Amino acid sequence: MKKRILRILFGALILVSAIITERYFRQIGVILYLVSYFLIGGDILFNAVRNILRGSVFDENFLMALATVGAMFISEYTEGIAVMLLYQIGEMFQDYAVDKSRKSIADLMNIRPDHANVKVDDTLVKKEPDEVKVGDIIVIKAGERVPLDAIVVEGTSLMDTSALTGESIPREVEPGDEILSGCININGLITARVTREYGESTVSKILDLVENASNKKSRSEKFITRFARYYTPTVVILAVLLAFVPPLIIKDATFGDWIYRALSFLVVSCPCALVISIPLTFFSGIGGASKKGILVKGSNYFEALANTEIVVFDKTGTLTKGVFGVKEVHAKEVSEEELIKLAAYAESYSNHPISQSILKAYGKEIDKKAITDVEEISGHGVIARVNGKKIAAGNAKLMKKLGIPYFDGELAGTVVHVAVDNIYAGYILIADDIKSDSAHAIKELKNSNIKQIIMLTGDSVNVGENVGKELGLSKVYAELLPADKVEKLEELLSQTSGKGRLAYVGDGINDAPVLARADVGIAMGGLGSDAAIEAADVVIMTDEPSKVPLAINIAKKVLGISNQNIVFALGVKVLILLLSALGVTNLWVAIFGDVGVAMLAILNSFRAMIIKNK
Amino acid sequence: MKKKYIIEGLCCANCASKIETAINKLSGVKEATVNFMTQKLIIDGDDELMPEIIKEAEKIVTKIEPGARLKNA
Repeated sequence: MKKRILRILFGALILVSAIITERYFRQIGVILYLVSYFLIGGDILFNAVRNILRGSVFDENFLMALATVGAMFISEYTEGIAVMLLYQIGEMFQDYAVDKSRKSIADLMNIRPDHANVKVDDTLVKKEPDEVKVGDIIVIKAGERVPLDAIVVEGTSLMDTSALTGESIPREVEPGDEILSGCININGLITARVTREYGESTVSKILDLVENASNKKSRSEKFITRFARYYTPTVVILAVLLAFVPPLIIKDATFGDWIYRALSFLVVSCPCALVISIPLTFFSGIGGASKKGILVKGSNYFEALANTEIVVFDKTGTLTKGVFGVKEVHAKEVSEEELIKLAAYAESYSNHPISQSILKAYGKEIDKKAITDVEEISGHGVIARVNGKKIAAGNAKLMKKLGIPYFDGELAGTVVHVAVDNIYAGYILIADDIKSDSAHAIKELKNSNIKQIIMLTGDSVNVGENVGKELGLSKVYAELLPADKVEKLEELLSQTSGKGRLAYVGDGINDAPVLARADVGIAMGGLGSDAAIEAADVVIMTDEPSKVPLAINIAKKVLGISNQNIVFALGVKVLILLLSALGVTNLWVAIFGDVGVAMLAILNSFRAMIIKNK
Repeated sequence: MKKKYIIEGLCCANCASKIETAINKLSGVKEATVNFMTQKLIIDGDDELMPEIIKEAEKIVTKIEPGARLKNA
């Protein structure tokens, strides 16, 4: 690289001396021009010849060689050399820019831990993270990065999770808490037990995701590469026609003049500048978004996000906290404690958040031997035998199905009805709080011209409507079974206009098919949840719904920049082609059309990395 | 079978797309992607034809971008 710069600088010096010498001694000047030309563009000429011998015509070396050799032949030495010189500078700048952005993305994603302190017989041994096994005890000192996903066994500390989530407020951890690889331990000394091997841990998953993201190409990337395939040959053919046809048919037209015009065509015929700025834009966007805790799994999803018309939210865990608490217990026939106990036993095998909250309210050890014949009916509830008694715990649908009369009043929250041996025993009211930034998220979405904001929920109509009203949603579809959600989504998908897209936001639990079916599946709270990371197209690392409008805005910005680059670069090139054909411009302008536009487009694409917080 | 390589010295975006197109045309290749920004080449192809594919891919890379070569990722 350095050698190349020196050679080109030297060539430029000789060019200056040639210009001066030429005034007094023409022959010596020409020789100096040639020396300068070969110093500056020798490698290009060499590559051009070699590539032609290998059978690849129309590559940029060939085009540049042809354009400059042409200029030399019609005695436009200064311009020919200047074109080569500027082209070389442009190339170097491009290399530098690409290199720089590769590095800055690498820095952005610099969450790879370099070592782990593993406890072996009371001494600490430094190991590579991928040598550490599940169950090993590791020590994380203040200022160090958590090398592998682990559970704290000793010590308390503050964790900086910003590299993973974009969240700047540190999180407190204490024994029993899960810590994720990639976070930084701020102050305390922590001893932890490794729960996942390095390859499986959060940090390597995220790195993998971001690295592979740009493999999925966006429409603009595909367009520009396809365009490049036709652009170059077309311009070259036009150049040939321009050089030879007008002098033959127009009186007074000289070959020299028209060849000069044709050379401008060759100079702007390189597509590389154009092609480079588009992937660079998307790549920067992916990097910038990941810094905010938003992982976009492919450039193509930026397009879908930017064209989003309908946003469909799941309720539980997405707009609401998903942390249910028992609010009321109404028992008939049995005591309140007994009712909770029966419900807890019946639901003890379920992972559903509602079951969990009942278990929490019960708060005692469950004697699993007492439970038999557990039958979980999706979207309804559970039927199980507890100490021989048939306990049914679930929603109104379950009671209807079993033909048991139940309390049918309006209640704001999720109601779990309990029946013992087919006799109604009362209900438990469970409520879920709306997340603090849900309202803000909905408002932002409305501001970014989303036409419909819809919520799907398996919950009752009452609960759904309540949340919908509070947040100002366009529509709420409640009491949906998992299968109904897919069906509803299909229906909504058909409502989008030709270009409009539908985004579904869920937490990846129970709604993987819906995430997959939507144009863009956005999984929330992806931190540590494999299912969500697998199924979704966009993963939001935190559990803030306000990241959804942010993601859409980033996508719009990225797409905007990419469109600007396409329009600007193409526009300038076409303009130069027109002006050159008319003979209004010269080679200097043409080379600006090539190198200058490339530089500006590249600089513009860097903007995609900068994302402001709203 | 999927194989991953890093194309060292890949410095032209247009060449990257030319390489991608050329490798996709090889027989036995299901899908090949060249990622210009990460310099990664991923070839998904038939197991038996893989050694042949890789040999051809190497030729394509050096033909289109002289000075670049494949490195195991």
